[in-house]
Amino acid sequence: MTTAGSTPSAKPRLTTSAMIASIAAEGQRTRPAPFGHALVELARSREDVVGMTADLGKYTDLHIFAQAFPDRYYQMGMAEQLLFGAASGLAAEGFMPFATTYAVFASRRAYDFIHQTIAEEDRNVKIACALPGLTSGYGPSHQAAEDLALFRAMPNMTVIDPCDAHEIEQIVPAIAAHRGPVYMRLLRGQVPLVLDEYNYRFELGKAALLRDGGDVLIISSGIMTMRALEAARALSDDRVNAAVLHVPTIKPLDTEAILREAGKLGRLVVVAENHTVIGGLGEAVATLLMRSGVHPAFRQIGLPDEFLAAGALPTLHDRYGISTAEVKRQIKDWLR
Amino acid sequence: MATPTLANAPTLAQRARNIRRNALLMGEVQGQGYIAQALDIADVLAVAYFHAMRFRAEDPAWEGRDRFLLSNGHYAIALYAALIEAGIIPESELETYGFDDSRLPMSGMASYTPGMEISGGSLGLGLGIAVGMALGLKRKNSAARIFTLFSDGELDEGSKWEAIMSAAHHKLDNLIAIVDVNNQQADGPSKQMLGFEPLVDKLEAFGWFVQRVDGNDLDAVVGAFDAAMAYAEPKPRMIVADTLMGKGVPFLEQREKNHFIRVEPHEWQLALSALNAGDQP
Repeated sequence: MTTAGSTPSAKPRLTTSAMIASIAAEGQRTRPAPFGHALVELARSREDVVGMTADLGKYTDLHIFAQAFPDRYYQMGMAEQLLFGAASGLAAEGFMPFATTYAVFASRRAYDFIHQTIAEEDRNVKIACALPGLTSGYGPSHQAAEDLALFRAMPNMTVIDPCDAHEIEQIVPAIAAHRGPVYMRLLRGQVPLVLDEYNYRFELGKAALLRDGGDVLIISSGIMTMRALEAARALSDDRVNAAVLHVPTIKPLDTEAILREAGKLGRLVVVAENHTVIGGLGEAVATLLMRSGVHPAFRQIGLPDEFLAAGALPTLHDRYGISTAEVKRQIKDWLR
Repeated sequence: MATPTLANAPTLAQRARNIRRNALLMGEVQGQGYIAQALDIADVLAVAYFHAMRFRAEDPAWEGRDRFLLSNGHYAIALYAALIEAGIIPESELETYGFDDSRLPMSGMASYTPGMEISGGSLGLGLGIAVGMALGLKRKNSAARIFTLFSDGELDEGSKWEAIMSAAHHKLDNLIAIVDVNNQQADGPSKQMLGFEPLVDKLEAFGWFVQRVDGNDLDAVVGAFDAAMAYAEPKPRMIVADTLMGKGVPFLEQREKNHFIRVEPHEWQLALSALNAGDQP
């Protein structure tokens, strides 16, 4: 927003990115509410699917499901511990709940409930959470910088970090076909469309090499794959050839693909994630490489171990090094 | 296990005594256990399993069974005692209680034990799961009911009140919850930890059909279960059971009240004898 007194050359003042309706950049191709529509599609053929939320149906695209199947939709109120306990109960009775809230509330507030009533009992509950990592500028209350670390540490839990609408549409039926608890990060509203141009298909537990290149290997998940692809294009203008290995399933990790790609000699390996550098994809890959005796030059792009600032997402993504420009800049610095 | 005929069916008093005996035998093998709680809740479990609930001992996962959800996982010793009395767990497993690789761990977990519907133990979980299961049974048009037991200390947990609100909101008339008010928590008397009285008024205000009974008076407990099952309005049902820790073993009833009551090695047999003596007319 530009104020009356500012000069035309001044940078526009960006407003706080609160409960964002879209992570998409201006002009980017998008698809609306891919999770909601995919769930409706799934529920047409699977009567055991029910939708549950804790006062965030409209903010997790579950309202699409609620409109299509009102009698299979459970509004549990703003009570996340109840949400996941009740999801366990419905799963115990043979249903497949898709339970939604924000990532902070599932991972932080309701952790013990998911740990004990869903993971320990191995209940068939699919947890889909909006505002993963740094996708809100509202401040730490809504910034789930550590959700992947927390859910990775939980036995029985499958952990997924999708990149775009194309992938989310495929993840929904894929996790329904998998029996067991799943935590998936959710992008909602107008969701970027990227991977359809890469002839990509999501496969649970599989990484995909989206682009090859001899100078640097970017291993990424979630929206950072989108950023990595953009950065790789920008790097190619500077004659730097970047490969991008997309790893949407954080757990179980596709160790074979990661070792195969990271083991190719002469490439810098950079793991890029929309997550704290503690306990996420970066450390998972680093541990794997160390354990396997594969020792490439290794760098991490991710959120710092600090409480993140409030503000506008473009500003914050620049500040914390996860914007496309910052990904490119860091890689160029490291290759220097 | 043969279905007892009416003529030779054990009385509820005998069932309760057998549950207490099974619990004491397990306590003796392990030299520890939440025995005072097991003794206080034995009458409620006898009524639940041998008066109220429908189940098939030979098929603990029978779809039409009434589900019993143990939220207070540390009462597992009591529930195992009831499951043994019900023929769901063979009596020979008593001696494995709490040992490595046993199906009877100290805290109740669904993945270990037939007839154990949920993993409790982290207190405050059970009623939320009960809400989900009750919703699930309604979705299936099942006539089965959910019975769930929790301890008065769990009323301290906010999650309990989320579930209490939710059960009324969703009109879960297939849910019967029992709260064991033995007034003892880890750090002392429950009412000194975080006051929950007047409990009946609170629960009624939250939209439940509530009865408060002496949980060690079998006739009163039977009456409460009957009324809870017969109640016609679309509300969840709560039985507030006031109980006496150590009930049935006088010297344990009088022992200084503790969450984890100390029993000396030689006292387990004395407790069993006291239990048998109390059974005489």
